[in-house]
Amino acid sequence: MATTDQPVFEVADDAAVTAAREALDAHTVEMMAWHFHPSTGCPFWLEYAQSLPFDPIKEVQCYDDLKKFPPFEDEWLRGGPVRRWAPKGLEGQPLYVFETGGTTGIPKSRVNSRDFRTDYEMFSETLPEEHFPKGANWLMLGPSGPRRLRLAIEHLAQYRGGICFCVDLDPRWVVKLIKKGWMEHLEAYKQHCIDQAITVLEAGHDIRCMFTTPKLLESLALGLEKKGTTIHKAGITGIFSGGTEFTPQWTRFATEELLDGAYMTPTYGNTLMGLAASRPVTPADGYTIAYYAPQPRAVIELVDFDDTNSVVPYGGTGRVKLTTLTKETFVPGFLERDEGEREKPYAKYPWDGVSGVRPFHKLASATTVGVY
Amino acid sequence: MHLQALRFGKPYESLERETLVHFLTGEPVAEVSQVGGAMVGRDLAKSAKAARAALMAMDPEDVVERLQTAGNLYALGTVEVGGVPQSPEDFVHHQSATTGLPENLCRANMKKNLFVLSNMDRMLDALSRGLSPEILWKGYGREHRDVIVSYQAQSPVLGLVLPSNSPGVHTLWLPVIALGVGLMLKPGSQEPWTPYRMAAAMIEAGIPAEAIGLYPGPTDVGAAMLNGCGRSMIFGSAKTVAQYAGDPRVQVHGPGFSKIILGDDCVDDWEKYLDVMVESVAANSGRGCINTSAIYASRHTREIAAAIAERIGPTEVKPPDDPEATLAAFTVPGVAKAVWGQIEAGLSAEGVTHATADYGPRLEEGDRCGWLRPTVVHCSSPDPEIAKAEYMFPYVNVVECPQEAMLERIGPTLVASVLTDDVAFQQKLIDCTHVDRLNFGPIPTTKLDWLQPHEGNIIDFLYRSRALQVAEGAGEPGQVAAAHAATT
Repeated sequence: MATTDQPVFEVADDAAVTAAREALDAHTVEMMAWHFHPSTGCPFWLEYAQSLPFDPIKEVQCYDDLKKFPPFEDEWLRGGPVRRWAPKGLEGQPLYVFETGGTTGIPKSRVNSRDFRTDYEMFSETLPEEHFPKGANWLMLGPSGPRRLRLAIEHLAQYRGGICFCVDLDPRWVVKLIKKGWMEHLEAYKQHCIDQAITVLEAGHDIRCMFTTPKLLESLALGLEKKGTTIHKAGITGIFSGGTEFTPQWTRFATEELLDGAYMTPTYGNTLMGLAASRPVTPADGYTIAYYAPQPRAVIELVDFDDTNSVVPYGGTGRVKLTTLTKETFVPGFLERDEGEREKPYAKYPWDGVSGVRPFHKLASATTVGVY
Repeated sequence: MHLQALRFGKPYESLERETLVHFLTGEPVAEVSQVGGAMVGRDLAKSAKAARAALMAMDPEDVVERLQTAGNLYALGTVEVGGVPQSPEDFVHHQSATTGLPENLCRANMKKNLFVLSNMDRMLDALSRGLSPEILWKGYGREHRDVIVSYQAQSPVLGLVLPSNSPGVHTLWLPVIALGVGLMLKPGSQEPWTPYRMAAAMIEAGIPAEAIGLYPGPTDVGAAMLNGCGRSMIFGSAKTVAQYAGDPRVQVHGPGFSKIILGDDCVDDWEKYLDVMVESVAANSGRGCINTSAIYASRHTREIAAAIAERIGPTEVKPPDDPEATLAAFTVPGVAKAVWGQIEAGLSAEGVTHATADYGPRLEEGDRCGWLRPTVVHCSSPDPEIAKAEYMFPYVNVVECPQEAMLERIGPTLVASVLTDDVAFQQKLIDCTHVDRLNFGPIPTTKLDWLQPHEGNIIDFLYRSRALQVAEGAGEPGQVAAAHAATT
């Protein structure tokens, strides 16, 4: 974690922070007008508004006013009918449904029309051209299925003028293998994915960019090393990756020993939020991984474990609280299953960030992380 | 104090560290670098062959001598651990502080490790049945019967996923270096002390640092070792045992379910064996897989249970530095209480009696840890679930069971000490495949003859005996140095 006393990154100046906050306040008001107007809102929120002791359109005049909403319960996202989440204002648009979890029981779902494309187009602007050259082909090595990830990465590749090759991994099956203790099968399945990835990389497709998960990146690097080559020598110049096991030590190890000079940028994201980019990870910064939400479309706050309407001081530890404010989705104050430290605004992202993201300690024992 | 990882000769300081604290006070004792599974996979690919080659470059007898020196350094000398000098007494304090084991038991375990290292030559001779170590180094050779034998190493290093709560298990891996195989150790999270001190002593005694790796970290480190090493050992629960059962690359050490069996011909003299029973149950705070967890007899079982209870039931929890302390703490908060909850549930079954009930509460809770005082349970048959239980403290079931049914009912048994002169019963025990170590006569289950194999012969695990024929008139194939230079 970076200390709060002497940040080694470029902290945003007050004017930029104020301007970003004003933009967020204005965006919040605009979103209230959309989600709670009968001509544009979705059935869920329009019905829910009837039970609220306030009128969101009139009484939410800035971002902080969203605290008037009771905490968002993610259980509402389980089960159907899924169309209750589809805003009337998007009627006629093609809709996707993306799921999260789902190893056992009914998964949580989110409807989506264009959000995932917008999120990844915004993220695209954060990728350095020298490592993620426009026009380069991509490899997506990770979960597809009911997740948005595959479509999103493919869109990112296309948006940047490339073509995306895909190798699928089913995380729900991986979790089952772990729970059953079938470690031999787990290893075989991982190897099956890596073999496919190496085959694609060796097939002369000029793949230079990649999305993968930390565990698969490790296995891919070791698999290539056994063949006398490396990720970089296989042609990869830029990798983006995500997951709570993205610790400073893991990043340092990957940078020093696995990547052979390929550039890697960590991200933090999920189906509800979109994609948070990280500020550059450097040895001088202790390999701190600090994420910044794609504000104003999504906001991350670090809140007190007990008083979830209070933000912790900079450098303090809190639970990740997420608010999503797009025309497709409104999620006020959802308490994530993660905790971390509050980071100061960064010049490029002049709002709060989060570092040291890890499973929320009170739920950690029940969570299986880093499975793929 | 900071315990770094050791990557076959190269120290590595991780950005991630775990703080070990004193089990009573919560005061920090040491920081331990935490590495990840990918580092294990990478180092296995890069360094494992060099680890064995470094040993092969030495004379096998020299290795044994250096291990004997290492034993003395470990038990009697001051070696550098975590960047600071550590005396034997420092080691005892550190080990006791983070494991909850009384200091006198830490000292006793040190003596055990010293004994094994000091007697390494005799142990190897016994385990290899007189095989010249040259044969393991070279891969083949002529036995004294003038027959060619060949032993092929199955892995250049042995992976060890070590436990936190049983410092006694380290004797199992001490012969590995002397067999020409490197060590890749994942120290137990609360007991890194023995692996670190032993590695430091070995290196100071002249064992090549390239032959030893120390990889502290979370469970994925262990998984990477088990997956990547040609041979590895893991210490764990019955669930862990089941998970790796049938994997020839992995030797699993789980609960021992060790037992004392009284034959019908001796059971009337049970009082003669009371000392043996008490020692078998209570030695080393009952933490070992070789501690007796059940005593089987066809009669007098209530009297036996009462007599053991009278001896060990009054045992009190004492501070860890008290020379009279015999009980180790459960250092993970809530565990002692949870274990006692399981026992209490088992006690409610029909035919089960708590023989230590009159000696005060068994569960004692501290601010940060808990203890369980010795517990004796009588079962009027092997049927109740609790009759099969084993716990990490002095706990024993005294089970009434007809002699003719015993071998069918005892289940897997790591050590059986059998009191009988009935030749037919003795033969049945010799033939019984679910008994591993077999003692005849009043030998405590905790008393091991180190010259005999434990849970399989380590040489058979690390080496494969196979055929190797040389045509008449042909020269000596292979030279040790040349052969190993070629593999690195």
